Formats: sequence, C-alpha cells, structure tokens
Amino acid sequence: MIEALNISKAFGEHLVLNDVSFRFETGKCNLIIGQSGSGKTVLMKCLVGLFEIDSGNVMYDERVFSRMSFDEMKVIRQELGMLFQGGALFDSMTVEENIVFPLSMFTSQSSEQKRDRANFCLSRVNLENVNKLYPSELSGGMKKRVAIARAIAMNPKYLFCDEPNSGLDPLTAIVIDNLISEITQEYNITTVINTHDMNSVIEIGDKIAYIHKGKLWWDGNKDSILHSDNPELNDFVFATELTRKLKQI
Amino acid sequence: MIRGFLFHIGRYTLLLRQVFKKPEKQSIYIRKILVEMDNLGLDSVGIVAFISTFMGAVLCIQMAFNIDTPFIPLYTIGFVTRQSVVLEFSPTIISLILAGKVGSRVASELGTMRVTEQIDAIEIIGINPATYLIFPKIVACVLINPILIILSMIMAILGGWLAGIFTGLVPTSEYVFGIKAFFDSYDIFYALVKTVVNAFLIVSISGYHGFYTQGGALEVGASSTKGVVHSSIAIIVFNLILTQLLLA
Ligand SMILES: Nc1ncnc2c1ncn2[C@@H]1O[C@H](COP(=O)(O)OP(=O)(O)O)[C@@H](O)[C@H]1O
Ligand SMILES: [Mg+2]
Repeated sequence: MIEALNISKAFGEHLVLNDVSFRFETGKCNLIIGQSGSGKTVLMKCLVGLFEIDSGNVMYDERVFSRMSFDEMKVIRQELGMLFQGGALFDSMTVEENIVFPLSMFTSQSSEQKRDRANFCLSRVNLENVNKLYPSELSGGMKKRVAIARAIAMNPKYLFCDEPNSGLDPLTAIVIDNLISEITQEYNITTVINTHDMNSVIEIGDKIAYIHKGKLWWDGNKDSILHSDNPELNDFVFATELTRKLKQI
Repeated sequence: MIRGFLFHIGRYTLLLRQVFKKPEKQSIYIRKILVEMDNLGLDSVGIVAFISTFMGAVLCIQMAFNIDTPFIPLYTIGFVTRQSVVLEFSPTIISLILAGKVGSRVASELGTMRVTEQIDAIEIIGINPATYLIFPKIVACVLINPILIILSMIMAILGGWLAGIFTGLVPTSEYVFGIKAFFDSYDIFYALVKTVVNAFLIVSISGYHGFYTQGGALEVGASSTKGVVHSSIAIIVFNLILTQLLLA
C-alpha cells in the first residue's frame, strides 16, 4: 500500500498538484486519470521520488518515503519497478542487458541465473527470441513489453506504469493492460497506472483517482465512474460520441 | 546574466559532488570506463592525427618563410615548430577540437537519455545516474586524452619534417637538430597538465548540459551546442590561468 498524504508540487509559479491525498491499494490496479497535462506524470514522479514534493508525505507501507535521503530511498527503490511513458529502454544495451541491468548492479548472480531471469520475465510478457535485439529494432508494443519485463525483473512490490498503452493500437493496448492486471494479482503488487484511456479505465480500474486542476477531483472505481454526477468527471469520461451513446443505453 | 551564471556554477558544482560519490559496483565501472575510452578516445585518433600532421606542416613552412636572414640558423625552424606544438597547439588547439567532437557527443548522449527518461529509469532502480553516467566518461577522457595529445605532438612534428623535406626549405639534419635543441621535459609536464584539465572540463561541462536537458529533440541539440561552446570557453580561460601558474 502506498499513501499520498496532502501532496503539493509547483514548478516556479505553476502549482501542478494542490493538496492531493490518495491511498493506492495492494494487489490492485490503482489508476490515476485526467486530461493531458493535468499532472499525472508529475504525481507519479512525486510518488517514486524523481520529483521532490513541496509539502505532504508519501508512505510506502508505513515507511515515510518522502523525507528519505538518496541512500535510504535505495532500499525502497529496489522494491519498485517503473514503466516509463516512452519505455525508456537503454538504447546502448540489448533487450536482455536492459532486463538484467538492476540484477547486475545489485546482485552477484551468475550470467546463467540472470539469463534465466530475463527469459522468465520475457516469457511473462509473451516475448521470446528477442534477447539479443536492441531497442531500436523493436516495435512500439514490443518496447512496452520489454519495459514491463525490466520493471518486474527484481520482483517488485510496487509497480508504476506511466501511460502503458499510449501510442499503441487498441488491441495491443488491451493486451498490455491485461498483462499488467494479471501480474498485479499474481504477485500481489501495489500497481499505480497513469492513463487517459477510457478502455483501460473500464477494463482494469480497481481504484481510480481523477486529477483535475491539480486536485483530486473524484475517486471511485470502474463501476462507480459510469454513474457519477460529477460534471467535470463526466466531461472526461463521456468525451466521445461513442461513450455518450453507450451512456444512453 | 550574472544570476544565470551563478546558477549554472552552483548546479554544476552540486552535480560534480554527485559524480564523485562512491560507485555502486566497481567491476561494472571498470568495464564502463573501458567502453568509454573506446567511444570517446580511440574514435578520435584519426581526426587528431590528420589535423596535427597538417598543422605541423603549416607551422614549419610558415617559420621557414619568416626566416629570411642568414643570421638565424635553419634548425630554429625545428625548434620553434616543436615549442609551438608542445606548448600550445597540441594541448590547447587539439583540446578545442576534442571539445567539439567529444563534448557534443557526451552532451547529446546524456540529453537524449534525459528527454527519453532513461536517466529517470536509472535513478528509479536506485543507482545514482550522475555517477553511473558521467564518472566513467571523465575518467576515460582524463586517461586517454594525454595519449591523444602525445600522438598529436608526434604527428605534428612529423608533419613539419615532411613539409621541410618536400618543399626543400629545411634539410632533415637541421630540422632534427632543432627538434632536439634546448629540450626541457617540464614543457611536456605543462602540456599534460593542461590536457588533463581540458579533458575534465570538456566532459564535465558538456555532461552537465546534457544531464540537465529539458524538453525534446530540439533542446538536445541546444544542449549539445552549449556543451561545446561553454567547454571551449572554459578551456581558453583555464589555458591562461594554468600558463600563468605553471610557466610564470
Ligand atoms: N520538469 C518540469 N518543469 C516544469 N513544469 C513541468 C515539469 N514537468 C511537468 N511540468 C508541468 O506540469 C504539468 C503536468 O504535466 P504532466 O504531469 O506531465 O501531465 P500529464 O497528466 O499529461 O502526465 C504540465 O503543465 C507541465 O507543463
Ligand atoms: Mg504524462
């Protein structure tokens, strides 16, 4: 479980997050939704400590993360995996080297053990025979899968995914969503997902935070989101003709 | 302007403190240093040798044409060519060339890693990205640039010799006598100190600009330019300071 307690974050004059509190549950897909530029990525980066928060606290299972030094954070960082929006695979490394990178840095496993782990993680995301390829040789969907494989290489307790299915076709997008959801349940991970894709929301939204104007504007789950009377949320949820028609049914 | 300068100096100093933190796993760093020596050093051998040979030849010919009285012995040409090459041309001018080549490479590599979130991905694993990315590059250049500069000196002196023979302006015996004349090994020490300082400036300054890139592909290009320009300026300024300190 991860808790955001009264988080605020500004860049200069621009207040991006204004007193946001939310609890991200273990074994569930916790979604952060909102329009482009609403601060989803900033919130996620505050949670993992890539941005320093101006006020508030971030708790990882009762451990106060937000006031830790870099070295103290290391302990928690080895328990978390993150999937970045563009994949953020290391260009200079092969797929296998990307996946075992954290293992190489923090464990003294043999190359066989690391290869086994890489193959296991790759099979978990339904990829094979890509070990020796470089990221530039992969398609968008494959990059995301490799990035997921890297994120789960260290058996994380916490998994962060920033727009895991942006830039993918709808079919691949659903596959990636379901993959993350399965992994979350299988290993009982606390998963936090940024998305603005309503398909994902309906598919995997166990718990949902809607961010609007820097505030936590609404929270609920994939069932309650369709029946809310919050006007801004409804503008977001029923933004397309298709969803408006569905609502009438 | 002044505030901007102080901001950069402050952030640069803080970054350097991060860079020289104790590395996580030494075996990995040794391998990375070797890879960077290959990327940043061996890759420049060709251009350094090429430029040095031609500049040595030009220095020699210019000297020869400027000496038109019989009172100045011909071996002076060899002597002056050597002194110019060792004291200034190789350590400073070749460092400026390397600032262009190595600096733009370092800044754009780090800048790309920053805007594609690869630096975040390193940090999130619990690795200090400044140490992991910049430290091996600094060590690699500090080790390999002196070798490049020595190579440059040799090639420039050879270039001068070839020019002397082919133009018929300086006979080999005079040139070689001049090259050996009044040799002071302190000059080499002075040149190598400058080289090492320049190597450090090039990688740390262009690394700094790459590391703090914000935005996208356009900003990566801008960082790369800033890296080259600012490290070149630093090289010129430190050239004056070190010359005053070491030769005066
Ligand atoms: N490093 C930064 N410096 C300044 N402003 C930033 C930075 N990162 C994000 N922002 C601003 O914060 C706001 C939210 O951005 P972001 O979290 O990326 O949105 P999204 O919800 O699409 O992920 C944007 O207005 C953006 O300009
Ligand atoms: Mg975003």
